[in-house]
Amino acid sequence: MDFLANWLINIPGFAVPFALAALGLIFSERAGVLNLGAEGFMLGGALAGVGLTLNGAPPLVALGGAMVAGAALGLVFAVLVAGLRINHVISGLALVFLAQALTSYIANENDWANQSFAGLQDLVLGQDIVVWATPLLCLGTVWLLGRTRFGLTLRAVGENPGAADAAGIDVTAMRFAAIAIGAALMGLAGGYLTVAVSKIWVDNVVGGRGWIAIALVIFARWHPWRALAGALLFGCIEALIPRVNAAGWAVPQYYLQMTPYLATLAVMIWSAARGGDRWAQPAALGQHHIREERD
Amino acid sequence: MTTGLALRSVTKRFGGFAALEEVDFVAHGGEVHALLGENGAGKSTLMNVACGIYAPDEGRVEIDGKAVSIAGARDAAARGIGMVHQHFKLVPAFSVLDNILLFNPGRPAAEVGAEAQRLAARIGFDLPLEARAGTLPVAEQQRLEILKVLIGGARIVILDEPTAVLSPEEGTALMGLIRGLADEGAAVILVTHKLHEALHHSDRITVLRQGRTIAETTPEGMNPAELTTLIVGEQIVEEPELSSHVGERVIWLNGVELAGDAGRRGLTGLDFQVRAGEIYGVAGVAGNGQSELAEVLMGLARPTGGTVWMDGENITEAGPAGRRRAGLACIPVDRYRHGLAGRLSVADNYAVNGVLAGRYGGWMWLNRAKARARAREAVEEFDVQGVRGMGQRAALLSGGNAQKLVIAREFEGETRVVLAHSPSRGLDVRAGAAVHARLRAARDAGAAVILISDDLDEILLLSDRIGVLSDGRMAAEFTAPADRAEIGRAMVSHGDD
Repeated sequence: MDFLANWLINIPGFAVPFALAALGLIFSERAGVLNLGAEGFMLGGALAGVGLTLNGAPPLVALGGAMVAGAALGLVFAVLVAGLRINHVISGLALVFLAQALTSYIANENDWANQSFAGLQDLVLGQDIVVWATPLLCLGTVWLLGRTRFGLTLRAVGENPGAADAAGIDVTAMRFAAIAIGAALMGLAGGYLTVAVSKIWVDNVVGGRGWIAIALVIFARWHPWRALAGALLFGCIEALIPRVNAAGWAVPQYYLQMTPYLATLAVMIWSAARGGDRWAQPAALGQHHIREERD
Repeated sequence: MTTGLALRSVTKRFGGFAALEEVDFVAHGGEVHALLGENGAGKSTLMNVACGIYAPDEGRVEIDGKAVSIAGARDAAARGIGMVHQHFKLVPAFSVLDNILLFNPGRPAAEVGAEAQRLAARIGFDLPLEARAGTLPVAEQQRLEILKVLIGGARIVILDEPTAVLSPEEGTALMGLIRGLADEGAAVILVTHKLHEALHHSDRITVLRQGRTIAETTPEGMNPAELTTLIVGEQIVEEPELSSHVGERVIWLNGVELAGDAGRRGLTGLDFQVRAGEIYGVAGVAGNGQSELAEVLMGLARPTGGTVWMDGENITEAGPAGRRRAGLACIPVDRYRHGLAGRLSVADNYAVNGVLAGRYGGWMWLNRAKARARAREAVEEFDVQGVRGMGQRAALLSGGNAQKLVIAREFEGETRVVLAHSPSRGLDVRAGAAVHARLRAARDAGAAVILISDDLDEILLLSDRIGVLSDGRMAAEFTAPADRAEIGRAMVSHGDD
């Protein structure tokens, strides 16, 4: 019974980074920007969270800083894909590798690595404020994308940039905005990981969660509520791993560490096999918009 | 009269090339004004100036007699100019209402929805506001496009090649709709290359050629030949010319079926044969199985039922290479996507079939000199213009010359069957006539020619027999000379009569 209670209470903390990163990805990808940089934005946010906390900033300020750091990296990405129209896949991958090296470098230069701190404290029911805010952010995303002019415009840019352009929408500006908002959310996801979960910096602290979030968004068919449900599923798995070991069950550690990725594969295979909804993926995902200069 | 749109001495240059030179164009409220011209005559550029996408280098745009400077699509809409593009600017995944809202931002959805219903009813159709735009038939998508600009308050409505995707009946209905808009006071500009639309459905005609206004006239007293002369600058009249010698059947299909899925239409029970020395025209509204039929004939798609025969042999299972060896030549619909590799040289593009057939060396070595020499001869023989050298990229050729290069390559070996899919699409009258002459020559040399085209005029001009493809079936077959109206009816019959 203890095992179960202990497991359940830990699920939200593990689910939140997935949920926030998936929401951020949804913003970016519904605007047609294929975003493989999630891991990078999360690392940027994670490092900013650690740096600010170790320099005495309160946790909420550190999380705000994480969002700013994510958005700043997002602007670099936006300049590449929306401004210079460089291939989305290459830009995203390059950004991840840059962020991995850069965050490790900055952390070690400043001696931030392996210094633990108190971090974000729980608010109610053993959960912190970000856990409680995440469903609200999800609700806000659903409302913003589905019910507002901004959302309509953003989705139009992701579905048919040519039509959006003809409607007088600045496609490049919309994509900048979508990437920046998305990257800020992914930065928050990373910041949460360090400020509220690990409470310490180790190199590559994000540990592949950004990649899982990308799979999660495909599984969720670019819909916020389904992404939240998927994040909970992965939260369950991640929360289980340390507890299995603690309970003293003889499951080899490497198998346990594999489970999130096995689950990712299973989820991807399931979404592929189900096929179906041809309206789900933004039609212009990964495509550049270049106005025809001449017929 | 001062209402409407006036473009005065408009000049627009791209680099050193003048796409428009001192063009004058005036469309008054209450009239349908046809803008005619060949590809590259400047029609699209002129209309892009009218809706603010291009700023003119010289000259001015006037609305209701006042000079204006239009700052872009939204500004044009605010000034009452609405453009219905040839390639629809719809978001297929959005509902009809969301598509309208996207173009008319800042107003409550309920209000816009009510206005859309009212307006649609007034001009005589209804639209399901909640349906996804991508699921609507093409004709309804076009009405949605028209509605979108009308709700924006457009009084100057520009339609770019609006009937290109419609059946003859739908086209006639659209012309009625356009007339209604003009009667309500709108200035309707009909950009087209179809002469009969200009002659029968417009009040005035402006002809552009090579970026200049050639004539402004009324349709009264004009005939198609005169109009063609104005458009092309010389007399090009193509007359139907039936085959003089029809031989044995060369290629035939027996109950060919192709399963459809989300993105493609199926084919149902296709039976037809094409004989040596005849052109068999496959007519139909675009999207009724033409591409699928072409893929089956080329060997790119394997039928799920039935058989394909060529010269007495069952070639159903043969792939593209086997069919080519048997004497099949293909002129695909999109010459840049399936016909040519644009980044490769003219010589490479020409030689690819011969290389595969082993004419230019074996599998280990390539006789490039021989390929080049042969390509040079072919370019000469097929009158491919604009080739500065055999190493030049194929993408730099104009549409007509790219098509000639494809034809030169395809007709290189001994040809038993020619499959031509919309071979003159996007070509001007002169280049189109040259392509047609090549098809006739192939037929007269004894090949069986299959011409798939959604341009009924082209079908009527060339075909000895005509099959009508509708909803993936062969709805009817006609022997030339055939009645245009009857074919038109078969095109929308969906094979059920």
